Amino acid sequence: MKIPMKYIVRSLFTRRLTTAITVLGVALVVFVFTSVLMMSDGIRQTLRGTGSSENVLVARKAANGEISSIITSDVYGVISSLPQIARGVDGRSIISGDVVVVINLEKIGTNGGISNVTVRGVSAAAFQLRPQVRIKEGRMFNWGAREIIVGSSIARRFNGAQLGSTIKFAGDVWTIVGLYETGGDGFNSEMWGDVSQLQDAFRRGGSYSTVTFRMANPDQLELVKKAFADDNRLQQFEAKSERVFFEEQSEFMSIFISVLGIFITVFFSVGAIIGAMITMYAAVANRTVEIGTLRALGFKRRSVLTAFLIESFLLSLAGAAAGMFLASFLQFVQVSTMNFGSFSELEFTFALTAWTIFFGVIFAIIMGFAGGFLPSIRAARLNIVNALRST
Amino acid sequence: MKVFKLMFKNALRHKLRTFLTILGISIAVVAFGFLRTVVTAWYAGVEMSAANRLVTRNSISFIFPLPYAYRDRIARIPGVETVSYANWFGGVYIDKSQFFPRMAVDAETIFEVYPEFIVPPDQLEAFKKERNACVMGADLAQQYGFKIGDVIPIEGDIYPGKWEFVVRAIYQPRDKTVDGTQFYFHWEYVDERMKQEMPGREGDVGWYIIKINDPNQSATISEQVDNLFKNSRAETKTETERAFQEGFIQGTSLIITLLNFISFVIIGIILLVLGNTMIMSARERTKEYAVLKTIGFSGKHLLGLIAGESLVISALGGALGLLLTYPLVGVFSIAVPKSWFPVFYVEPTTLVMAGLSALVVGIVASLFPVQRALRTSIVDGLRFVG
Repeated sequence: MKIPMKYIVRSLFTRRLTTAITVLGVALVVFVFTSVLMMSDGIRQTLRGTGSSENVLVARKAANGEISSIITSDVYGVISSLPQIARGVDGRSIISGDVVVVINLEKIGTNGGISNVTVRGVSAAAFQLRPQVRIKEGRMFNWGAREIIVGSSIARRFNGAQLGSTIKFAGDVWTIVGLYETGGDGFNSEMWGDVSQLQDAFRRGGSYSTVTFRMANPDQLELVKKAFADDNRLQQFEAKSERVFFEEQSEFMSIFISVLGIFITVFFSVGAIIGAMITMYAAVANRTVEIGTLRALGFKRRSVLTAFLIESFLLSLAGAAAGMFLASFLQFVQVSTMNFGSFSELEFTFALTAWTIFFGVIFAIIMGFAGGFLPSIRAARLNIVNALRST
Repeated sequence: MKVFKLMFKNALRHKLRTFLTILGISIAVVAFGFLRTVVTAWYAGVEMSAANRLVTRNSISFIFPLPYAYRDRIARIPGVETVSYANWFGGVYIDKSQFFPRMAVDAETIFEVYPEFIVPPDQLEAFKKERNACVMGADLAQQYGFKIGDVIPIEGDIYPGKWEFVVRAIYQPRDKTVDGTQFYFHWEYVDERMKQEMPGREGDVGWYIIKINDPNQSATISEQVDNLFKNSRAETKTETERAFQEGFIQGTSLIITLLNFISFVIIGIILLVLGNTMIMSARERTKEYAVLKTIGFSGKHLLGLIAGESLVISALGGALGLLLTYPLVGVFSIAVPKSWFPVFYVEPTTLVMAGLSALVVGIVASLFPVQRALRTSIVDGLRFVG
C-alpha cells in the first residue's frame, strides 16, 4: 500500500525553515548551472545566426579569425570568376570583399576602459548577402566618403559611437551617418563602411581580409570546396559556409564557459546533495516513532522508502523550479564580452534552450536521489519495535 | 570550561550530520579556492607587469603596426633606458587548437627588458647568432617535448607562408608568477622575408616595450612619446605595462564578474549547509537549553555553546577544504593545456579569504538558532516536542 502523497507533502511543511533552506540551496545550484549554459548558448546562437548557409566565406586557411586573414586582389580575382556565384537582378555577381579590422573605443560606464570593436569595410553586394542589416536611424553611408554606419549594440555600449559623432582613426575623421539593426546577430556588434575607403585609410592596397559570396544554388558548397582544392592559386585559402564560419568563432568562448561552468556546478551539486542529505537524515531521525507507527499500521518497507525518496525529489524539484524561474529572467539581459574568435566585443542575450531546461531537471533529480537515497534506506530499515520505543 | 566540553560533545552527537556538514563546507571552500585561483590566473599578465616598463602601440588598436623608425626617436627621450619591440605573429602549429603565443621580437634587447625570463648565457648567444632561431619557455618545451635543436614548423596567417624555427634556447620563468609559455624568434628574420614576399609590409613593429630608469617618470615619458607622433599617420598610445595588460582583460570583464558572482554564491551555499545543521541541532535541543537555563546558565553561555559549535564545524570544514584545494589546482593545471593559464597557482590571499569566509559563515550560521534559543522561555522550552 502506498503512503498518501498528502502525508509526504505535509511533512515537508512541518519544518518549514529547514525545507526552505534546502530548497534554496538546490535553487542556487540550478540557477548557476542554468545561467552558465544559457550564456554559452547565447554566444553560440548569436554567432550561428550571423552567417547564412547560402553564403560562402573565404578566409586564409591558417587564419584564426577574419582580422588575421589576408586575401590579395589577384586571389580575389580568381575567386570572383567561380561559376557557382549567384548573380543579382542587375546581372552582377553577389560577392563582397571585406576588410575587417578592430579599433579601440571607450566603453560606456567603465571609466575610460577601452575595448575592441570590429570595423568592416564592405562593397555594395554585402547588403544583398546580409539583408538583415537595415538602417534604423540616419542614412546609409555614401560610397567614396569617409562615413560609417554603426550597429545598434555598439552605439549603445561605446562612447562616441552615436549617430552624428565622429571617430578618428587612420589619420582621418569618420562621420557616423547611420545606425543599423540586424535583429541581434554578430553584425550588430560591428561598424560598416566603404571597403575602398578603409583599404585606402589603412594602406591595405587592394587586399581584403575575407571574401563572401552567395551561391547560385545552396547545395553547391561541395563544388566550391572542390574548386578550391583543385586550383593551385587557392591552396592557402578555405571556403566555408558563412554560417559555419561564424559559428566556429564562438567555439572557444562557449566551450570555455561551459567547461568552467560544469566544473563549478559539479562541485556545487555535491554541496547541495550533502545539504539535502542532512535534511533528509534529520527528517528520518525526527520521525522515528512516526515511521514505526506507519510500519505497525501495515505500510511496507518499500512504501516507506518510496515516501522518503519522493520527499527528497520534491525538495530538489522545487529547488530546480525556483532556480530556473530566476534564471529565465536572464533572457531579458543583454551582455557583451570580448569574443576570442573575433578579438572584439560581441553583444549577446542569455538563451534558454529546451536542452538546458531538460539538463537542469535531470540534474535536480540526480541531486534529489543522491541526497535522499541513504536516509530513505535508513528509514525503511528501521525495526518496528525499536522505532516505536524510541523517544 | 564546562561549556567548551559541552560544545565539543554537542558537535559529536550526530556524528554523521557533523561529518556531512564538514564535508559540505570543505567542498565549497575548495570550489571557492579554485575559482579565486582562476581569477588570479586571469590577472596573471597584470600582476606580472613591471613598474619600469611602458608599452607603446598604435592608438587605433593593437592590430595596427607602428613604423620601425619610431625606435630611435623613442630611445632619444631622456629617462628611456632600453627600447625593445615585438610583433604578434599568430600562425598555426599543427592545427588551430594548439594555441600558444608566438612573437617576433628584437633578439638583442628582449631579455634586457624582460629580466624575469632567465636564459642561460650560452643559449642566449646561440639564439642571437642564428637568424631563424627561436627561444621558448620551459613550460611550453615541457608541454610539447621540444628540445634544443628541434625544428618547429609554423603555418603563417598574418605573415603568410610556411615558417621554420630552430629551438636554440629555453628560458626558465623566474618564479611561479611568471609566464613560461612564450615563444620568441627574430623580428629581423620575419621582416626580411616580408620585404621580399610582400613589399610594403616591411618595417612593421607591433608594439614597443620601453624600459625606463625611474618608474615615477612613467606618466611624463608616456606623454612625451605620444606627443612625438601626434598627427602622424600612425599615432601612438603609450601606457604602463600594467595598464596595457588591463586593457587586454577589460573586454573579458564579464567573465570576471561571473566568476566573482559565483564565488559569492558559494559562500551562500556554505552558509545554507551550516545554517541548516545548526538550526536542526538547536531545534532538537530546545528542551536541553531550557534545562540549562533553569540550572542557571545565562544567555551568554547559550550563545557560546551554539556559536562555538558552529565555529568548530566551520573551522574543520574550512581547514579540510584548504588542504584539498592544492591537489585539485594541481590536477587542473596538468589537465588543462599550460598555454590556457600560463600562471596557475594558489595565491596566499586566496587562502586567507577562504579561511576568513569559513569563520564568518560559522558565526552567521549560529545567529538564527542562538536568537531562537534565547527567545524561547524556559516553560515553552521544557514543553517543546520535536
